[in-house]
Amino acid sequence: MTAMLTANNGTRLAVLGLALLALVTLPLWMPGIYYVNVGSQILFYAVFALGLNVLVGYAGLVSLGHAGLFGISAYATGYMLQLGAGHSVAIVVALIVGVASMAVFALLSLRSSGIGFIMITLALGEILWGLAYRWISLTGGDNGISVRGRPAPFGYSLTDPVHFYYAALAVFIVAVVMVAIFVRSPFGASLMGTRDQPRRMNALGYHVWMIRFYACLFSGLLTAVSGILFVYYTNFISPQTLALTSSAEVLLMVISGGPGTLLGPIVGAALVVVIKTVVSGFIERWNFLLGAIFVAIVILVPEGIVPGTVRLWQLITRKRVSAPAANAEAASSEAAP
Amino acid sequence: MSALTVTGLNKSFGGLHVTRGVNLDIQPGERRLIIGPNGAGKTTLFNLITGELTPDTGTIELFGQDISKVPSRDRAHRGMARTYQIITLFGKDTIIHNVRLALLGLSPTRWNPWTDLRRHGRFTEQGHKALARVGLSHIADRPLGQTSYGERRRVEIAMALAQEPKVLLLDEPFAGLSIDERRDVHKCLMAIPRDVTIVMIEHNMDVALEFAERITLLHFGEVIVEGNRAEVVNDPRTREVYLGH
Amino acid sequence: MNFWLVLTVNSVTFGGLLFLLASGFSLIFGLMRIPNLTHGSLFMLGAYVGGSAVVGLLGFKLNFWLAAVLATLTVAALGALVERFLLRQLPGDQLAQVLVTLGISFMAADFCLMVWGGDPMSVATPDGLGGFARVGTAVFPLYRLAIIAIAIVVAIALWLLLDRTRLGAMIRAGVDDPDMARVVGIRVSQLFTIVFALGAGLAAFAGIIGGPILSVYPGLDQDMLPLALLVVIIGGAGSLLGSFVGSILVGFIYNFGQALLPELAYFVLFLPMLLVLLLRPQGLFGRHMP
Repeated sequence: MTAMLTANNGTRLAVLGLALLALVTLPLWMPGIYYVNVGSQILFYAVFALGLNVLVGYAGLVSLGHAGLFGISAYATGYMLQLGAGHSVAIVVALIVGVASMAVFALLSLRSSGIGFIMITLALGEILWGLAYRWISLTGGDNGISVRGRPAPFGYSLTDPVHFYYAALAVFIVAVVMVAIFVRSPFGASLMGTRDQPRRMNALGYHVWMIRFYACLFSGLLTAVSGILFVYYTNFISPQTLALTSSAEVLLMVISGGPGTLLGPIVGAALVVVIKTVVSGFIERWNFLLGAIFVAIVILVPEGIVPGTVRLWQLITRKRVSAPAANAEAASSEAAP
Repeated sequence: MSALTVTGLNKSFGGLHVTRGVNLDIQPGERRLIIGPNGAGKTTLFNLITGELTPDTGTIELFGQDISKVPSRDRAHRGMARTYQIITLFGKDTIIHNVRLALLGLSPTRWNPWTDLRRHGRFTEQGHKALARVGLSHIADRPLGQTSYGERRRVEIAMALAQEPKVLLLDEPFAGLSIDERRDVHKCLMAIPRDVTIVMIEHNMDVALEFAERITLLHFGEVIVEGNRAEVVNDPRTREVYLGH
Repeated sequence: MNFWLVLTVNSVTFGGLLFLLASGFSLIFGLMRIPNLTHGSLFMLGAYVGGSAVVGLLGFKLNFWLAAVLATLTVAALGALVERFLLRQLPGDQLAQVLVTLGISFMAADFCLMVWGGDPMSVATPDGLGGFARVGTAVFPLYRLAIIAIAIVVAIALWLLLDRTRLGAMIRAGVDDPDMARVVGIRVSQLFTIVFALGAGLAAFAGIIGGPILSVYPGLDQDMLPLALLVVIIGGAGSLLGSFVGSILVGFIYNFGQALLPELAYFVLFLPMLLVLLLRPQGLFGRHMP
């Protein structure tokens, strides 16, 4: 048993190392800048999806207003730069605005969980969209806000797409490590407890509301970070980024990949960005496809692609392993539901 | 000083009075049994005592301290633990993780977001001790999904015991168990030391009567009879409630 | 003086339209416990189908009212299909059902864009209602008054349906407690289909009736859905009276907000929702939290 576990850990580390190597060397083997840019997009959308997954996957709270939070951080960055602030000031302000907005979202929507939470976050997201669209003196309305230039941390200018890719990669790795530590921590266990049995958790002495509130703040932080990366990537922010479609896109990343898993949102982000990029190159029917994938995933692969694949993989490998040695063990564990 | 005192507790849902002027006075170390037919308001009484429901009127005192306004979660920190009649466990996790959550609930560590829970070995150790008390430590790492109903009942009790409560509320701990399982649960309840006060709701009179020193009979939300075993069993009102004459 | 009067009539008109949209949304929510996120799409689809029939795009030209009936029935049938063949696949899983309605709403939006293109379609006011009514010095467009009348008639009809018929009693029982209704022997599943179709039909009807004043354009669905959501959060899920009061209230705030504070209209619109959430989370006339 122990030997198997360590072997598993060994494979895991090897896969992780390979993945990291692939990501770090990506600009070297990708055929062009276009693809490096797609890579950058996947990275910051993955951070966004990781942030939403803290709520959807680990807290069991489905938000349909996260594009509003993503967008408000992007707007805050753009607005501060427009006012003449430096990049670091703009980024700090955007982080504060993003997390504070999430706090307001949480105060209002954590009055209920389940469907009520979806409805209220949806409505709040629409408010932010409406404000971005109508409050023209602040947001420029439909014209949006253009951002000139990208920061150059330690003299490393991010204007170069490859440099930007590495910056996004660094942020992405930090985000993944943060979430990985978070879900294994006592607080992560508490949060998942409130997802599965909130009433019991309360009786056991946990402050369910507060646990959810802190989880919201963490989610808001990652969302704000990704919003800032987004606005520097596109150099532009408009109300479209805050629309319900965008909230649905990121939710699709989480749900398609596998909510409540670390890898799921990352795979989901890659999938959605790649499909969207490929499809919009040929036809304009992205929204139709987005909707269709949504319906198909929910009905056919409700657990998400990553857990689905893992199950399939286990089924295959177990058959191979079980043949000579572990017959009895496999039989006993398969008998259980 | 009493362990648990309930005074003039009232609760109604809409027009339905579920609890009417209930008074209870339970001494430290006592084993109190609460009986009554279905719909007598026994579980509601537990929910009021633990704070999962708010009473319309009345007070609840724990060791002389008024806890009526104390939120449910904080009552756990003050030494109150309960089990549920309908098993309420974390079905995706292992047995030991269920007990670990019970332990973590009372520890400030539960707010810690940056260290690995598995590195906090004391939760696992203490969890194993609690499981040993109900005879389950040998299957501690088994996922809850692969356990029997009787084992889950014992996990419920282990979680409550793990919190080392001063007052333990057991809501039908024998419900749905086979005779063998009942005997196992009975044995682990008998082994609980006397510094724990136990209040138990039970339908199953033969097992429960043997266990309790004092019995309270609840009917339509009211305390009808209270006394020791013989007093309650021989009281004509008990027969009236249970046998209908 | 006249400005305020016109604004008031516009508010009531818009409130009436919203009621047609939101009453079905609220019933579906009350019964099935899900916000039907296709509701905006159904509104838009009703407007496009009816509008095409009026303009004559579908090869034949219909009288406005016949077109309205056609749109209502078409979309109601579509609603029944969605409930039967998609939502039914996910019994009891409300989260999945909400996500399916979300997915369908995107497909519907893109479908409309594909069929009807990106240019707005204007729908002519029905014959005989293009004029104005004169009361003293004030002038009211006849069609707006007609919408108010229609909304009131539909409200009364819905009330009679819910309060006086066996079907209505079953719906009320289901809204109060779906488990109880199932125990009493009501075929809840069939009820779901009927209510979903009814709600879809009402939304489509609202869409075509609103066509002459709102016109039909891509994004209409996204404009209407939040308003329906707002009405239900304010009024309370499953309550007809709640939908009515909520719709009128939102109608007023929307129109007055746009006239007086155009930049912040959207924010002002959601203020009552925030108040309701903080003070009475189940909604003004709702019985339980969503």
